[in-house]
Amino acid sequence: MSQATLAIKRISGHAGPAPGEGVERDYQVCKLVDTTTCIGCKACEVACLEWNGYEFTDTVFDNSYQTMPETTWKYWNLIKFNEHENSDGTISLLMRKDQCMHCADPGCLAACPADGAIVQYTNGIVDFQQQNCIGCGYCVSGCPFDIPKFNPATKKMFKCTLCVDRVSEGLEPACIKSCPTGCLHFGTKEDMTDLAEKRATQLRENFGFEKAGVYDPAGVGGTGVIYVLHDATNPEAYGGLPKDPHIPWVVKFWKGPAKWIGNLAMLGGILRVTVHYLRFGPKIVDGSKHENGGQP
Amino acid sequence: MTNGWIDIKNTDMMLIMGGNPAENHPCGFKWAMEAKRNRNAKLIVVDPRYTRTASTSDLFLQIRAGSDIAFLGGVLHYAIENNRVAKEYLANYTNAAFVVKEGFKLPEDGLYSGFDAASQTYDRSSWNYEEGNDAGGAAPSHAATPAAAAPGAPPPLPGMPPKVAYDFTLQHPRCVFQLLKQQYSRYTPEMVERITGIPKDQFLKAADLFTSVRKDGDMKRVATIIYAVGWTQHTFGTQIIRTAAMLQLLLGNIGRAGGGVNALRGHSNIQGATDMAGVFDSLPGYLKVPAPTDVDLATWLKRITPTASKPAPWDSFNYYSNTPKFAVSYLKTFFGDAAKKENDFAFHYMPKVDRNYSWTQLWDNMYRGSVKGMLAFGMNGVAIGPDSQKNIDALKKADFLVVGEIYPDETSEFWKSPGITPEEMKTINTTVYRLPCAGFAEKDGSFTNSARWLQWKNAAVPPPGDCRLDQDIVAQIFLKVRELYQKEGGKFPDPILNLTWPYVDAQHPALADLAKEVNGKALADLTDPKTQVTIKKGQQLPGFAWLKDDGTTSCGNWIYSGSWTEAGNLLARRGTDDPSGLGIYQNWGWSWPANRRVLYNRASCDPSGKPWDATRRQVWWNEDAQLWVGNDVPDFKPDSHPKDHMGPFIMTAEGVGRLFAPLGLFADGPFPEHYEPIESPVENALHPKQSNNPVVKKLKTAADKYATPGDGFNIICTTYRLTEHYHYWTKNNQMNVQLIPEPFVEIPVELAAELGIKGNDKVKVTSARSYYVAKAFVTKRIRPMTIDGKKVYQIGIPIHQGYRGIQEDEGKDARTILNRLTPTVIDPNAFTPEFKGFLVKLEKA
Repeated sequence: MSQATLAIKRISGHAGPAPGEGVERDYQVCKLVDTTTCIGCKACEVACLEWNGYEFTDTVFDNSYQTMPETTWKYWNLIKFNEHENSDGTISLLMRKDQCMHCADPGCLAACPADGAIVQYTNGIVDFQQQNCIGCGYCVSGCPFDIPKFNPATKKMFKCTLCVDRVSEGLEPACIKSCPTGCLHFGTKEDMTDLAEKRATQLRENFGFEKAGVYDPAGVGGTGVIYVLHDATNPEAYGGLPKDPHIPWVVKFWKGPAKWIGNLAMLGGILRVTVHYLRFGPKIVDGSKHENGGQP
Repeated sequence: MTNGWIDIKNTDMMLIMGGNPAENHPCGFKWAMEAKRNRNAKLIVVDPRYTRTASTSDLFLQIRAGSDIAFLGGVLHYAIENNRVAKEYLANYTNAAFVVKEGFKLPEDGLYSGFDAASQTYDRSSWNYEEGNDAGGAAPSHAATPAAAAPGAPPPLPGMPPKVAYDFTLQHPRCVFQLLKQQYSRYTPEMVERITGIPKDQFLKAADLFTSVRKDGDMKRVATIIYAVGWTQHTFGTQIIRTAAMLQLLLGNIGRAGGGVNALRGHSNIQGATDMAGVFDSLPGYLKVPAPTDVDLATWLKRITPTASKPAPWDSFNYYSNTPKFAVSYLKTFFGDAAKKENDFAFHYMPKVDRNYSWTQLWDNMYRGSVKGMLAFGMNGVAIGPDSQKNIDALKKADFLVVGEIYPDETSEFWKSPGITPEEMKTINTTVYRLPCAGFAEKDGSFTNSARWLQWKNAAVPPPGDCRLDQDIVAQIFLKVRELYQKEGGKFPDPILNLTWPYVDAQHPALADLAKEVNGKALADLTDPKTQVTIKKGQQLPGFAWLKDDGTTSCGNWIYSGSWTEAGNLLARRGTDDPSGLGIYQNWGWSWPANRRVLYNRASCDPSGKPWDATRRQVWWNEDAQLWVGNDVPDFKPDSHPKDHMGPFIMTAEGVGRLFAPLGLFADGPFPEHYEPIESPVENALHPKQSNNPVVKKLKTAADKYATPGDGFNIICTTYRLTEHYHYWTKNNQMNVQLIPEPFVEIPVELAAELGIKGNDKVKVTSARSYYVAKAFVTKRIRPMTIDGKKVYQIGIPIHQGYRGIQEDEGKDARTILNRLTPTVIDPNAFTPEFKGFLVKLEKA
């Protein structure tokens, strides 16, 4: 999904600076999901489908209100439901809107070997560029939230774009627009963080949620989607939100030390070939070995 | 709603019970969230299931379906015992001080005074106020007790006395407050626990939290009660809602921003349907329909026009004393020049309703063969139920059925419903006409929402293909019938031939023309003697204050008068200015009556005319102008000085809110009493010998079967909607279907374990009527309950599926019309069936 109007900050598998880097300073955009006022109505699920032009999916009832087990390549926004038993024996129905978190330090981008398949715009949106995607699926291993999904028909990866096409035109994402209770907000990261912290404080001080807090994990450099949780000490209860997400060490190693070891190894190979050439000269092929008159 | 959707943002405390707005009114529910975010408002949810509304609550209590009066009665008791009442409000704005006649008896044994067992009705003449003056300190008078009614034929009800005996100190043993106190003294926390299954400590927590708005005599804070058909759909539904109204009167929460009793309507225009006489016993604007005993206009008007009934030192506006103006203007709208003073404004053209024609009765009549045909528009009668199989069997006996719909539905295809064999199909001779109609987005017109706001909409797209507008179909049927009467005559052609049809295009009446007609116009030049303002003949009326009973005005619905004036279509206004910040939006759409947003708003001020809470000023008395003024339109006589002590509830004859509902207002008692649902797993803990509502009559055909726990029906079943679906429509829309693709039954984990049922297993639910098969949704959100020492389970089933949707019903043979299970008993006041809380058996299918 190419968006020429947005400045690119980083590019996957790309050497050197991103074009235009440092020229323009942009706001970091952010979605705020207040799970304490989410009613699980799924308006955001439908709005996401309709804006992005995807058709309905065949689903199966599975002992839950949840539409399907996980997001798919054409279903990017999913409310995860959990009937959670509290320590005092009461029940909570926890509902969390699951989608791409738009990490400041995106593991998918780090893992991606294809030049330009994943970009991070200066406003923080992490976007897949399917025309450059090679369908290797490495981004999956880089994502601690299990978000990128493979379309077997086109052999490309897909995920939530944070409605980059709307945002670049000054509109809020489709999910935000559809939310009836105002549990979804959209704005700058600064404003959203401020709003989220205020709400968490209100929940602690006035509503007895002593562990209420904001989910904006540092392990991925903070996220472009932040949550207010009734209990920030137990994000796993909200449909498996990882407590301390990190880019997997394999990916870090692969794109960090391993890359240099690889580069060194490659360089070493070239060096060896060069030395070999200088010492022994070109390899002479013995034409008599081709029995069919040199025809391959 | 006494208040409105947006007004919920002004509250400090919410009790949501008998409703699930997060799922069924998600857009309106935003205002509950606003109140929480901006005012730290607290939310209590009481429901048989932990719903998505409950997920946002501060306190959730799981209640047994059908025990709501016990819970609310318990809160009333708690408020009185703990002095959490609005004393000044109670004494001045309710009938707490009114003395009730001697001979009135509270239902300690389950029966009020005057019950006649043979006819299952009450002689309600003892449910009246005593005539007299200040009875404070005086010995109780000995008024003659009324003569016992002849069985089966209660005498015509007497009226309320014009001068009511009173005791403003609220100490008289027969004053309403003392009777109320006595009535609910039986609803102790222990009794609440026995009946509702809510543990005593939990109940006390909720009662304390809700009544905390009146802690230490504070009058500033406000609580609201929000409900929906979880209250309505019982054989005592009206009385549940009354208990809520009484609690709100006791706490002084009616008429105030952020307060009230707020009914959430189940469709975008249900409020409009009832306003425009969607029920058989009312005319538009809630005028009572003529009965056969109304031999002429004067008799009818006398019967339906109340006279003031109040303590002598007080004043009562008794706005319904204007009923003759509303009624005559209505007749003029219907019959135009044929309605003359000399012929009683054609009152003799009006049908006289001689019996109950409510929903279950209509189907019963068809089942018995006396109703031969049906025009079904905008509803799916078979799926709506109750007892869908009875409705299907009734349609098999009809001569014809006309269905106007946008989808093939269960009703129009009743003749091939699952279970009907090809042989049986040949024996069904009902002629079915299926007319493709326009959908809501394909027509213009207005919606009246729960907040009483009328909002005009434009057609978004034209109807596809041959689909027609409902009003065109009705108009063309009418014109054809009129033509036949003109040609062939008939027994009584006059009402048809003289019906006005003033629309520009008779075959295709514009809804704008109808809206103008409903608003009403001057039929002669009119002058207001006070202001000398004149309205010319033919002009639209500015409001119902202009209506006359002499035939010089017409008006199709008095409460809508003022909506389409000479200034144009006020329904289409979209002004977003809200200077008070209270969400009043005076220039957005138009709300009945008189563009007032909060009803009874005079009660938002103390008796001297000052707002109880200066930060939420709705209306107030302006001493300089000698007028009631404000941010909202005052719901009061504008020039009534506070010292005249006119009651703020101007629509009651008493001028005050009714804690005690006298005489004929309710069929089953002047105070609400807890009765068990018709199918209940336990006896009534208050009076086991009178478990059910004594005036509820069961229908008696072979199809009307009722279960008892003795027959093995031990599980309580309740029904509801899901946010993902809309009634029986969206099962035709794949976007909705993917969100909840299949029907299911919500079953507590513990019950599932007992029966060996796992999530997604097919289960069969059986009631006395029929059975239902769907997947199991094994959930922790419904817990086992202990009711009066007995372990009781509740299960829940959404209503949305049937046999004519997509995906959920491959093969079109599924037994998934939920209302196959539900019973045909009804509330004796509103005639709503008891869809909530009936008995079933559950097994693995």
